Amino acid sequence: MQKQQKQETMALNGDEAVALAVKQCDVDVVAAYPITPQTIIVEKFSEYVANGEVQTEFVCTESEHSAITACLAAAATGARTFTASASAGLALMHEMLFVTSGSRAPVVMAIANRALSAPLNIHGDHSDSMAERDSGWIQIYVENAQEAYDSILQAFKIAEDTGVSLPIIIGLDGFTLSHTLENVDVLSDEMVKQFVGERQLPSVLTHEGKTVPYKLDPDNPMTMGPIALQNYYFEFKRQQEEAMQNALKVIEQVNSEYAQISGRNYGNGLVEAYKIDDAEIAVICVGSTSGTLKTIVDELRQEGVKAGLLRLRTFRPLPVEALKNALENLEVIVVMDKSMSFGGEGGAVFHEVRHALYDGKNHPKIINYIYGLGGRDHSPRELRKVFEEAMRIAKTGRIEKQISYLGLRE
Amino acid sequence: MSSKEKTWKEISMAGVCSRSSTGFMTGDWKTYMPTRDLEKCTVCLTCVMLCPEGAIRFRPEMKKIEFDYSFCKGCGICANECPTKAITMKLEQE
Repeated sequence: MQKQQKQETMALNGDEAVALAVKQCDVDVVAAYPITPQTIIVEKFSEYVANGEVQTEFVCTESEHSAITACLAAAATGARTFTASASAGLALMHEMLFVTSGSRAPVVMAIANRALSAPLNIHGDHSDSMAERDSGWIQIYVENAQEAYDSILQAFKIAEDTGVSLPIIIGLDGFTLSHTLENVDVLSDEMVKQFVGERQLPSVLTHEGKTVPYKLDPDNPMTMGPIALQNYYFEFKRQQEEAMQNALKVIEQVNSEYAQISGRNYGNGLVEAYKIDDAEIAVICVGSTSGTLKTIVDELRQEGVKAGLLRLRTFRPLPVEALKNALENLEVIVVMDKSMSFGGEGGAVFHEVRHALYDGKNHPKIINYIYGLGGRDHSPRELRKVFEEAMRIAKTGRIEKQISYLGLRE
Repeated sequence: MSSKEKTWKEISMAGVCSRSSTGFMTGDWKTYMPTRDLEKCTVCLTCVMLCPEGAIRFRPEMKKIEFDYSFCKGCGICANECPTKAITMKLEQE
């Protein structure tokens, strides 16, 4: 294994960190359409293109639907491909998200998570990508700009793994991460090149009876994206589920390989536990809020409260085993959702964490807080109330409200 | 489904076809079919060039054209464009 080398510390916001990582990954095609709060990614990357710092073919499309379609087409030729979007832009891609995953095109997409209209709102929550949770894309949510940078480097390696070959979303919280400057430690171009490597292609059997790499190639013609009706469609969907299950292992491997060269890891790549081993109560969250929650856990620990935190980093594929192992012995769990599943009795993360625990030996008491919609602030003082409610439930054994709204005027 | 069909573990990913699509007869649902009057046809090959499905073939040895009804969708472009009106569209069921 490669030894850790010196890294350069740069002041970057989340979007710039993503753009820099994409630059270092030697991407063949970037097709994108600007949308707040993702715009800086594409702006910054177009500067690299204009300055001749990258060899990338940069395609300015007329919509997000076209952007993802161009990426899919480029990926079909064997090209390494990237795009970025948010909110309404991601929603406009909806149709093509399924075509991309169904075509097994390992497109990497950064999403600067933002609320969906109406009413119009440009600020951060998880409504956009949570709504795409069944589109067949891997989804990883990051805590800070450093992780945004690191996760983009990992994303190409995960998506392009021949046992996975699926597109991937790296979600970073709009404004909180996308527009906030942080110190980011950056690997050298050479290290990134060695880590990410060239795009690998899985093998397929063509109508000519040849087993060849999966890409459009005049010397080895193949039919991509054909019709499959009652006879074969179901089988192709089952393959996608298998690829998702393979991704669980690959994400863990890539996380630990990356730790060896960079000195940074994010739990096991799937979940990141913080002071949870002996905890009695814990909060589960996705994204940047975990930074604040860790501080509160530290405070509570000093006060003698056995509190912990679990950050769900990989949301698709859902790491059911990892969730079960980390959570089943707790007394009270609070799940934080930064998006709504209207009429669904709680948010998406709540549903899924609760599902993961159903087959466990113990069933901790579990409640859900919806918070931060449309960028609504969630201060440490506010978030502390969440732990206090968990402490109250642990003490009394009684849940008063299963689903609550944090920071909402009631 | 027939037991001859392959399982999800046996097929290539993403719907890549393991057989040529020419084995998939796509012309079995047309309403109208083209018919040709050998007397009027001058073998100018306009229809061969214009058929969007490539379902009209020129047989040089016989100096005539032939419709491949396995792929013809019955769109009628050939009949519309034929300069000598040698092609007529007829209801397939007749």
